Amino acid sequence: MARMLARRTITLAAIGTLAGLFSGLFGVGGGVVMVPLLVLWLGFGERQATGTSLAAITIIAAVAVAVHGAYGNLHVREGLLVGVPAVAGVLIGIELQPRISTRTISLVFAALLVIVAADLLFEFG
Amino acid sequence: MIEAILIGLTAGLFAGLLGVGGGALFVPALTIFLGLGQIEAEATSLLAIIPVALVGAWRQRAHGNVDMRTGLLLGTLAVGGAVAGVAVANAVPRRALEIGFALLILYVASQLVRRALAPPTGESRAPARP
Repeated sequence: MARMLARRTITLAAIGTLAGLFSGLFGVGGGVVMVPLLVLWLGFGERQATGTSLAAITIIAAVAVAVHGAYGNLHVREGLLVGVPAVAGVLIGIELQPRISTRTISLVFAALLVIVAADLLFEFG
Repeated sequence: MIEAILIGLTAGLFAGLLGVGGGALFVPALTIFLGLGQIEAEATSLLAIIPVALVGAWRQRAHGNVDMRTGLLLGTLAVGGAVAGVAVANAVPRRALEIGFALLILYVASQLVRRALAPPTGESRAPARP
């Protein structure tokens, strides 16, 4: 029992460390790392993994922000101007989600990400 | 200022609809529309993510989807990784950061396409997974 618990804690530490690295390195929440690993390594369901990762992201982002702040990279005004309306966007999105087909939206969002990636990769300047 | 608000609304809407990608949109939007450098955009994106994740966690908790103990433990165990990640981000050249970020969002895009093209789950005629 104690051994299983230790094993689970080590697994969580591994997932957390990877997610923290990604988050700090790339400015994302780290859900992209946590959700699949919680499903794969700890047998979480997809929804449970997403919800649980959000609780973890709150802590991870707060720590990463504090360290970035110490490095002088943080633009507080812009962060709040983006982050506060984003909350409204998320709430609207969550309401709409069960009522519409997200298939097309997924593909549009994927295309948008590919364009942004191409712009980043090929614009040498 | 209007740009920042629109970026937030749009990125939040996608995040709420698809369950992914607050940061994947915040970072490029902050560089393209607000003229921040890559690392400044990353730092600022993380600040914007905090309220989004908080509200998301609160909403998901109402649906019984949050294992709070595990989430808080996971976040706490991630602190070392997060500090190291920020340190590395500040140490590497900007170009490396941009390429890494581009690869990350390409991966997210591939996952979205895979999910969109997968047959819907719960479909009675869908073949059983081995």
